[in-house]
Amino acid sequence: MSTQTSSAAAMSAPSFLRRHGLWFFMLALMLVLPWVFYDHEKGRHSGFAITLLSEMALMSIFALSYNMLMGQAGLLSFGHAVLFGVGAYFVAHTLNFIRASGLPIPVELMPLVGGIGGLVCGVLTGYVATKQRATAFAMITMGIGELLTAAALMFMTFFGGEGGITTDRVVDTSIFGIPYTRPIQVYYLIVAWAMIAALLMFLQTQTPLGRMANASRDNYERTQFVGYDPKVIRYWQFILAGFFAGIAGGMYCLVYEIVTFDTLAAVKSANALLATYIGGAVGFFGPIMGAVLVVGMQSGVSLHTSAWLLYLGVVFIAMVIYAPGGLLGLFANHIPIARMGRLGELVVPYARILVPGLMMTLGFVLFVELTTHQTINAAQGKKFSLLGFAPDPGGTMVWLSAIVAMIGGALWVRHEGRFFMAKWNALIEDAKARGIVA
Amino acid sequence: MEVFVVSLLNGLVYGMLLFMLASGLTLIFSMMGVLNFAHASAYMVGAYFAYTLSLYVGFWVALIVAPILCGLLGAAIEMWGLRRVHKNGHIAELLFTFGLALIIEKVVQMTWGLIAVPYRIPSGLDFPLFDLWGTQFPAYRAFMLLISALMFLSIWLGLTRTRIGLVIQAALTHPDMAGALGHNVPRVFTMVFAAGTALAGLAGVIGGNYRVTEPGMAFSMGPIVFVVVVFGGLGSLTGCFIASILMGLIQTFAVVLDYSLADLLEVFGFVVTKATPGSEFLMVTLPRIAALLPFILLVLILVLRPRGLLGTRDT
Repeated sequence: MSTQTSSAAAMSAPSFLRRHGLWFFMLALMLVLPWVFYDHEKGRHSGFAITLLSEMALMSIFALSYNMLMGQAGLLSFGHAVLFGVGAYFVAHTLNFIRASGLPIPVELMPLVGGIGGLVCGVLTGYVATKQRATAFAMITMGIGELLTAAALMFMTFFGGEGGITTDRVVDTSIFGIPYTRPIQVYYLIVAWAMIAALLMFLQTQTPLGRMANASRDNYERTQFVGYDPKVIRYWQFILAGFFAGIAGGMYCLVYEIVTFDTLAAVKSANALLATYIGGAVGFFGPIMGAVLVVGMQSGVSLHTSAWLLYLGVVFIAMVIYAPGGLLGLFANHIPIARMGRLGELVVPYARILVPGLMMTLGFVLFVELTTHQTINAAQGKKFSLLGFAPDPGGTMVWLSAIVAMIGGALWVRHEGRFFMAKWNALIEDAKARGIVA
Repeated sequence: MEVFVVSLLNGLVYGMLLFMLASGLTLIFSMMGVLNFAHASAYMVGAYFAYTLSLYVGFWVALIVAPILCGLLGAAIEMWGLRRVHKNGHIAELLFTFGLALIIEKVVQMTWGLIAVPYRIPSGLDFPLFDLWGTQFPAYRAFMLLISALMFLSIWLGLTRTRIGLVIQAALTHPDMAGALGHNVPRVFTMVFAAGTALAGLAGVIGGNYRVTEPGMAFSMGPIVFVVVVFGGLGSLTGCFIASILMGLIQTFAVVLDYSLADLLEVFGFVVTKATPGSEFLMVTLPRIAALLPFILLVLILVLRPRGLLGTRDT
C-alpha cells in the first residue's frame, strides 16, 4: 500500500488528471446536463429536469454523509434523516429571519447554515447514539428518529406541526447579485455546494479520524488496544456526518422552500440507506450512483407505476443476497479480469444470461402491474398499459404469459447462472494464479 | 376507579397482544443476533390472511390456518433467504429483513388495496361480557386474553418441559456445542423462526379485527415490538412478558391521564401561561406524548442498561 502511494505521488502532472478525472467528469456532467433538457422553443429549462437534477445532487450528498457512518464506520443508522431535517428547518427559519430582520446574510451560505444545524443536532443526538455500536446503535437511531418525527408534529414553534415551515429563498442578499428566482440559479448553487461537500467528505476519509473509523469498523477491540477510544471515534464521525447531512438538508430547503416533518421521517432515512447500499458502501462514489438511481426511480418510474417502491425493494434484496458490495462492488469485481485483458470472454456468458434475465424481469413487471391495476388503479379509472402495449388486464392470456415468463425466466436464469459462475470462477482463479487478485 | 379498572383491562389486552408478537421476536433475536424487521410484517400478513380466509371458511378455521401459513412463510424466509445472507454478516441479515418488510408492505397493498379491509370481530364473540360501572367490556377482549394466556402457557411449558424445548434453549446460548452434540442446529433455527412468525401471525389474526387491518399496521407496530424486546432483555421470555404488560399499561394509561408538566408545576405554585418560556413544551399533555413514551424508553434503556430488564447479555 505504502509503495503504491509513494510511486503515485512521484508521478507527474498528467496522472493528477487521471487520478482525479472522475471529479472533473462529475462537475462537467452536472454543469452540462441542464442544457441537455433545454427547451429551445420556449427558451427555458425544463422545470422537471432541473428539480430532478437538484434532488439527485442533494440526495447524493445525503447518501455520502450516510456512508460516513455505514461504509466508513460500520454504523447502521435508521434515523439519519433527523440530521437532514433539522438542517432543513434551520435554513427555513434563517431565511424567514433574514426576511423579517433585513440582516444581510448571503443566500449562498444557506447550505452552510443547514450544516451547522445538522452539526448541532449531531452533537446532541450523537452523544446518546454513539454510546453503543452495532445493533444497539441502529435501535437508538431508530428511536431518536421516531421521537423527533413525533415531536415535529407536536411542537409548532420550531417544526410548524403538520403544515411544516414555508419560506422564500428570494431575499435579495446574494453576494453575486443573483436573485434565485429561477430554479436553474438554485441548481448551480447546489452544484457548487455539492462539489465542496463531496470533496470535503472525500478528504475526510484520508484523515486520521477517517482511518480510525475504518479501524473501529473492522476490529473495534484492537482499536482499543492501539490506544483509541471507539466511542470518541464514533461520536466525531457522527457529528461530521451530521454536518454534511445538514448541508444536504439546507439544499433541500432552498429547492422546495417548504420543510415538513417528512424530512425527518423514517422513509427519508430508509432512502439514504437504500441509496447507499444499492450504490455500494465499499467505495467513495458508490452512494452517488445509488442516490442517482433511487431518485431516478422515485421521480421517473413513479410516474408510470405506483409499485416503484416494490421494484426498489426487490433490487435492494437482490443486492443484499447477490452483491453485498452494491453496484460499485459489481464493477470493481471486473477489474482483475479487465487487467488480464480477458473481459471479452465474459461477453458470451453475459449475453446468455441477459435474454432469460429480460424475460424474467418483463414477466415480473407485467405480473406486478396487472395486480396493481386490479386492486388500485382500476378503481381510479386508469387504463392499463405497459411499454406502449395495452392488453386487456382481465384476459387470461396476459396473466398466463406473465406468470410463464416470470417463472420460466427465473428457472432459465438459474440454469444460465451456473454456466456464468463456472466461467467467472475460472477467470478469477486464473487471476489469482497470476497474482492479480489476492 | 372506573377509569382505572377499564384501563387496566385494556392495557392488559394490549400488553398480551404485544407479548404474542414480542415473544417470537425475542427468541429469534437472541438466537440469531438479528433484529427481524419483517416480524411485524408477519403480524400484518396474519391479519390479512385471516380476513380472506374468514370470508370463505369462517373465523375459527382462519384462527388455526392463518398462523400456520405465516409459519410456513417464515420457514421459507429463513431457509432460502436469511441463511443465504448469513455469510455476509449481521448487517446484511438486518438489511435483508428490512428490505423484506418493505416488499411485504407493497405486496399487501397490491393484493388487498391501499385502504383498510373490513375485517370484523366474529359475530359469536360480538357481545358485551360484563358491565363495569356502565362501561361494557367486550367478550372479544376476554377471548384475546384467553388465547394469549394459553399461548404463554404453552410456550413456557414447551420450552422448559419438552425435549425439543431444551434443545432450543441449548441452541440459544451455545449453538456450537449443541451442534457438536449431534443436534441439527440450523433446523432448530428454522423451526424457531417459523414458530415465531406463526405467533406473530396469530397476533395478527386476533389483533387485526380488534384494531385496524391496513397496510400501515406493520410499520406502526414494528418499532413498539422492538422496544418491548430490548426492554425485556435478550434471551429472557419472562423479561419479555413483563416488558409487554408494562408497555401495554403505560400506553393505555398515558392516553387517559390528561395532565401536563404545567399541571405538575401548578401543584407547587407555579402557574404556566402562554408567556412562560418553554410553555409549549410544558403544556404538552400526557395523551399527546403517549406515542413517544416507548421510544424515550428505548433510548434510555439502550444507553443506560443495554441488557434490558432480565437479559443475560447486551443487545
